[in-house]
This record gives sequence, C-alpha cells and structure tokens, in this order.
Amino acid sequence: MTSDTVPAAGTAPQRRRSARPVLAPWLFLAPAIALFALFLLIPMGYAIFLSFVALRVEGGAFGTRQQVFVGFENYVTALTNPEFVASLGRLAIFGLIAVPLTLGLALLFALLLDLPGVRATRFARTSIFLPYAVPGVIATLLWGFMYLPSTSPFNYVLELVGLPPIDFLGPTGVFGALANIAIWGGVGFNMIIMFTALRSIPSEIYEAAKLDGASEWQIAWRIKIPLLSPALLLTLLFSLIATLQAYSEPMTLKTMSNSISYSFFPLMKVYRDAFGVDNISGAAATSVVLALGTLIVSLLLLRVLQRRTFEEVR
Amino acid sequence: MSASALALPKRSRLERSRIIPTIVLILGSIYTLIPILWVVTASTKSKGELFTTFTLFPGTGFWDNLVELSTYEHGRFWLWAMNSVIYAGGGAVLSTIVSAAAGYALARYRFRGRQVVFTILLAGVLLPQITLAIPQYFLMSSIGLANTHWAVLLPVIINPFGIYLSCIYAMGSVPEDTIEAARIDGASEFRIFRSIALPMMVPGLVTVFMLQFIGIWNNFLLPFIMLSTESLYPLTTGLYMLLSRGTGTPVLYTLAITGALLSIIPLVALMLFLQRFWRLDLISGSLKG
Repeated sequence: MTSDTVPAAGTAPQRRRSARPVLAPWLFLAPAIALFALFLLIPMGYAIFLSFVALRVEGGAFGTRQQVFVGFENYVTALTNPEFVASLGRLAIFGLIAVPLTLGLALLFALLLDLPGVRATRFARTSIFLPYAVPGVIATLLWGFMYLPSTSPFNYVLELVGLPPIDFLGPTGVFGALANIAIWGGVGFNMIIMFTALRSIPSEIYEAAKLDGASEWQIAWRIKIPLLSPALLLTLLFSLIATLQAYSEPMTLKTMSNSISYSFFPLMKVYRDAFGVDNISGAAATSVVLALGTLIVSLLLLRVLQRRTFEEVR
Repeated sequence: MSASALALPKRSRLERSRIIPTIVLILGSIYTLIPILWVVTASTKSKGELFTTFTLFPGTGFWDNLVELSTYEHGRFWLWAMNSVIYAGGGAVLSTIVSAAAGYALARYRFRGRQVVFTILLAGVLLPQITLAIPQYFLMSSIGLANTHWAVLLPVIINPFGIYLSCIYAMGSVPEDTIEAARIDGASEFRIFRSIALPMMVPGLVTVFMLQFIGIWNNFLLPFIMLSTESLYPLTTGLYMLLSRGTGTPVLYTLAITGALLSIIPLVALMLFLQRFWRLDLISGSLKG
C-alpha cells in the first residue's frame, strides 16, 4: 500500500459532502470510551487517590481506622524504601542484559532475512517467531527445567566434556537466566517488526548503492539501519515497557530458585505490598511511580521518533 | 543467475557470502526450538525417568502422563484450557469489534473532539496495563465481580493499541469516496460500517484479533490477581500453581511439563495457520506517517 492512496486527514472538508453525521461517530466510539473510562481511567484515578491516603487510627485507643490524606508521604516512603531501590537496581541489571541483546539479535536476524540469496528464510522466520506464542509462565517453566542441575541438558554436556556445571539459578546466574528467557520470547516479535519495515524500503535505493560498488555490509550499515530507525525506536519502546512490567517470568522462576525473593522486581514488590502485607497505599504509590516512569520514557522516545520522521519529510 | 563461465568467480563469492547468513539463521532457529524439543521429549518421560535419563531422549510415559494430567482433580487441567479459550477467544472477539468501531469512527469521521478522543486513547497505549491490575481488582471486588469469569474478561476488551491499529488500517483501506457514495445512495451510517467498511478492514482486524488473543492467552498477572478459585484459572495461572506446589511434591512436575506442552500446541498451530493473514507490517509502518 503506497501512501498516496491514503487520503490525508486535512483534505476532506474541501470536498462536497452530504449532510455531516454528528451522532454516528460518537455511537461507534461509545463502547470504547465507556470501557476506557471504566477499566483505565477510573482504576488509574483510584490508584492515584489511594497513593495519597493512609489508614490511621484516629481518636485515641478506642478510635476507628480512618482514611486520612497524607500528601506525598506514601511516595517518600515508597521511593526511599531500600527494598524498592534494590528491586529497581535488579530490574536495571536485567534490562541492560535483555534489551540490547533482544534488539541486537532481532536486528541481526532481520537484516540476514533481507539479504538476497539466503536459504531457509521461511523456516528461520517461523521458528524464531514461534516463542512469541509461548506464554511467559510456560517459557519460564521450559527454561527453568533446562536450568535445574538434575534436568539440564547443558550441564549434562558440560559434564561429559569434563567442565564444571553452570549454576544458572544462583544469585548471579539468575540474571542471565531471566534475561535469556526474555530474549528467547522477545527476539521473534521484534525481528518481524524490523523485517516488515525493511521490506517496505523500495529496493531501488539498494540498486543505486550496488552500482556504486557498495557491499551488502555497507548497504546494511549505511542505508538499511538508518532507514530502520523509526522501527528500532518503536521496538525499543515496546521492550522498555515490557521490561518495566516483568512479572510472570521471575514469579515462575522463583518456584525453582532460592535466589529470587518476593521483592525481586518492582512489580513483585507491589503485589506483595498490596496482597501480602496489606500495605495498599504503598503499593498504589509504587504503581503510580512505575506508570509515570513508563510514561516519561515512552514520551521521550516518541518525541525523538517524531523529530526523526519530521526531519525525513523535510 | 548467469550460467556463463565468466560469471563463475562472482557466483562462488556470492554463494560463500550467503552461507554464513544461512548458518547464523539456522543457529538462531536451533536456539528458539531447543526448549520446544525439550518439552516434547520431557513430556514423554515418567516420573522416574525425568531426573535419571538424558534430558533430550524420549521416555516411555507419555500416555500415563496424559491420563494423570486429565484425571488430576477431576480434569481440572481441561477446565483451565476451556477457561483460557473463553478468556482469550471471547476477550479478543469483543475487543476486536470495539476496536474496529472506534478505529473506523476516528479514521473516517470529522467531528468536534476527535483529536481529544484520539490523543486520550493513544495515551492509553502507553499506560502500563499491568500496573492497573491492582486498582482494577479493588473496583471489581467492590462491585462483587472479583473472582468471577467477568473479572478477567471485561478489562481486556478495551485495547488502546488495537483501536490505534484499526484506525491506521481504516485510513489506508476504506476510501472516503466509497463511504460518500453509499451515503448518497441513502445507506445508514451503521449499514455503511457493517457492509462496506468492516469487510475492507478484515486483514487489519485479523491482526488486531491475533495480537489480542495471544496477549490474553499469555496474560498471567490479571488472572493471578483477580481469581482465587482454581476452577476459574486459565492455563497460565493453573500451570504456575502446579509448579509452585511441585516444590513439595515432584509428582506435579511431570504434570506441569505435560500441561505446558498441551497448552502451547493450539497456539502454535493457530499462529502457523494464521501467519499468512497477519499484517504485522501494520505495526512497523504505523508510526511512520
């Protein structure tokens, strides 16, 4: 589909049109707006409300527990909590391993798939994309058993050649173990996004470069990757959001490893605060902080993305 | 490719240059397929074989594992599978319909407030839905819907990214002139949407449906927070529970492994079948314009 068949948003009013329907668009939008309000806006508002109140016993020893407004107290407590800071640190280590490797491998595979004359591309594309259909819980279950000393094929092979086994589930190994699960699950989807973006680049651009004697390597580095930058930023955005929300993988791997605590990652701490220790205000404050963090990171990336697209148009 | 003798050196260079990329892609495929291969062989092992035989050799207990899984707590596994189908199937169908209507309205109508609605819905894409799950639980529980099918089904119907993709797709695939012509012919707005726009949007909607179906099927946190009755669990929460109990009783490990295999088969099959209908270029192209 080329962009010139897409009517630009601004041209419509200049055309002769029949009576403009006023009610119809709102009726089409009504279910979405209602559900959006019910399941996104109200919960968000409620979380913000909860994050500013606390339950206090008022009126001496015989007083009742009441919700009182405490300002930013919950935020200060949440942000200065050493457990929360440590969980953010662990998340950062995990993200610094998982995100660059996921996107790097996805880019490598996408570029290779796009090379002329490469074999088995259909097979490779399908099998690398396959883990996308495997839920995080199940991916962790599969890898978890392959990490366990008694069932690990890797350690079996290492033992055969006389090498010491790897402690995948130990205090340091667990970061690599979790990152590997995230990479395994994420490479395919990102690869497909990058690959489809590559496919939409007109091949005449490469032809010209080839005539000038450019190698495939130079074409990839000088032409393809710069043209891919919107898709790269988009996949970076998706990956960062996914990293901040990492939950099912560490929770599942926790059942197999003692190195993962109940507050290993921020979201696990939020869950434990809310349901384990009944500190709903603290959980709400931490949720709001995480949501704001995601929003700020996303908006910054989108700003960069827009500027780039804008410059391209100019 | 030219067959002349002169072209020979060039051809062999080309052949060499494409062998390494092919090998790298095959290595990537092996990496992604190893866990799948592992679960296929592990699910054939009996409890005794799981920890004693080489992990990638098949065992002899597949049928026993299947029977044991099916009879676990009177067929609870199949209940979980059915719940997953209800949540993912029902949620994705409803979500696609809502997204299609909203996306079409935003793409093909000019009305006051359009920009505001579009911006607010788009901001919803950036809201981490998972951090909403806890307040959603409190709201659900205050109206008495926590720990019911509805608690997992309702929140996933609204899918801002699906609305966004539907809007982008409607802009590209439903010509304004066609709508205008139908309007002049006296068709009602709803009729235009149902009989003209909707069929044109089908390829995009298949993508929206698949993304949402897989998203719900793979979702763990929402059912984990909303549900406490095991018979309402989807597969993800159910298998997690089997695994967390397995720490005390290794018998459940073989059940969890067999269950894992059974629960990825339908999704992988669906994905392979629908692969040709996917328009994932919608995602990559979506932020270009």
